[in-house]
Amino acid sequence: MTGRALRRHITSRVMTVLVIALSFTAVLALVLILGNLVLKGASSIDWAFFTKSPVPAGQSGGGVANAIVGTGIIVGVAALIGVPLGVGAGIYLAEYGSGRLGFLVRFVADVLNGTPSIVIGIVGWTFIVKPSGHFSALAGSVALAILMIPMLARTTEEMVRLVPHSLREAALALGYPRWRTSLKIVARTALGGIVTGCLVGIARIAGETAPLLFTALGNVNFSVHVTQPMQALSLQIYVYATGPFEDWHRLAWASALVLMGLVLIISLLARWVTRQRYGSIR
Amino acid sequence: MSSASPLPRSPTLLGADRSDRIYRSLLTAIALALPGLIVIILGVLFIEALPALKRFGPSFLWTSTWDPVAEVYGAAPMIFGTFASSLLALLIAVPLALSVAIFLTEFSPRWLRQPVAFLVELLAAIPSVVYGTWGIFVLIPFLRAHVVPPLKAVFGWTPFLQGVFYGNSLLAGGIILAIMIVPYIAAVSREVLLAVPTSQREAALAMGATRWEAVRSAVLPYGRAGLIGAVILGLGRALGETMAVTMLIGNRHDIALSLLQPAYTMAAAIANEFSEATTGMYQSALMEVGLILFVLTVAVNAVARILIWRVARGAAVGSKAL
Repeated sequence: MTGRALRRHITSRVMTVLVIALSFTAVLALVLILGNLVLKGASSIDWAFFTKSPVPAGQSGGGVANAIVGTGIIVGVAALIGVPLGVGAGIYLAEYGSGRLGFLVRFVADVLNGTPSIVIGIVGWTFIVKPSGHFSALAGSVALAILMIPMLARTTEEMVRLVPHSLREAALALGYPRWRTSLKIVARTALGGIVTGCLVGIARIAGETAPLLFTALGNVNFSVHVTQPMQALSLQIYVYATGPFEDWHRLAWASALVLMGLVLIISLLARWVTRQRYGSIR
Repeated sequence: MSSASPLPRSPTLLGADRSDRIYRSLLTAIALALPGLIVIILGVLFIEALPALKRFGPSFLWTSTWDPVAEVYGAAPMIFGTFASSLLALLIAVPLALSVAIFLTEFSPRWLRQPVAFLVELLAAIPSVVYGTWGIFVLIPFLRAHVVPPLKAVFGWTPFLQGVFYGNSLLAGGIILAIMIVPYIAAVSREVLLAVPTSQREAALAMGATRWEAVRSAVLPYGRAGLIGAVILGLGRALGETMAVTMLIGNRHDIALSLLQPAYTMAAAIANEFSEATTGMYQSALMEVGLILFVLTVAVNAVARILIWRVARGAAVGSKAL
């Protein structure tokens, strides 16, 4: 081998190793974060953690039951608002979205997907909290729904587009009207993918904090009223992690572990649904 | 619908025609909610920011006094901090994310692709506030003990490493941002590289290029527009990221070149101060910060999308990572 060829081969080898090393650095970051969550959070999780509300600062004990229930309610209501709108927009994009309006909607959805969530938070505050005069879980749900809609629109569109044209044509040829074809044949075939998209969307908004700061606000007491301030796990973690007490830091780690677990379970469920219904198409 | 077709048609077809039209208008109305949303967000922010816009004019962008008592506001420090932290994040994240994308499309054995892609995507699933918690209790102590002292020993003379490191700083904020945007840049870059035709690689290899030369001279240039799009998309994420940065960057209205000093970002300022903003002008100034941030991220995202669409037309590239 001449010197030049040798040098080229060495460069190639070095760059390959570098690329592999940097890739594994990225994976290492994940391992470090998840590992620390389990190490520092698991020991504080017991029965009281899930069943009790927080105790006043400085006392030990107590749990985050109010925050867990709050996250469930806020995210649930957000999904009730966001899923029909997001999925509807997605079906529109797939079925009628070839024109100029479709292009605009698609572009706006992609752009909105990267909107800072804190901005959605202050818009929610202006729209709901300011006129009504008080913070409410509902305002938080609306803010989260706004985050969810553009994302769902794009994933739904992709899933509906995967449905073969022959299915659509077969239904139309049998005299099915377009709307029934669209809903009963096309959307139904893509249902697994749409459900996956919804679950991924829910997993993402479940961990959001910024949109809730000035809407749901947080609440030290147990509350299930959507028109009142409500605690959420993410808000609780923020308060505990930035607070001065050792006991709060312990609870912050435990709450972070629970929130991460919740998000992971929903994400894995999403993957599982895809595999169940989509294994044959993909 | 009152205007019936003048031609006699079968009643079922006529009914179908009508319900088709209703179905289509309903879906169109829902889809129009998206452009509507962007208009509403802009409108709300603009109206709420109006008092501050009128009072401070464009000088809001380049003055750095932020004094709620005297009611004088200038956003220069947070605009500086937003860009500084995001650029630092890109400096760290781009090599990592591009490596992941290159590894997954070019070098990885088949069985390793799925697991590595899944693990990197998982980074996108971690909530921002969890990143912040990890940053406070793990990253900052680690930086203080093992990273900052050697850095200062070698590069301590540069303006970027002046002052005492207390923990919350541009450095901590930038590093956490970097980890957070890696999955987005990696996912989009990967799809861009997957869209590069195999013939490109084969041609380079057939000309006697080594594996790395094929990547550098054939694959990367082919996907360049899309890769730049991916990086800009990551920039958009970094500019607007809120919670983790608020928890780590130190939240100080000051422009300092040193990475070890506290800084501020626009998103962090809103998160941190909005509930304290009791006067109308204070609130309005923060709304103007929100307006600037929103316009900025929309512009950055729009540029990124146009670049990415040129490569993978119409597909929701990267949506799987969200």
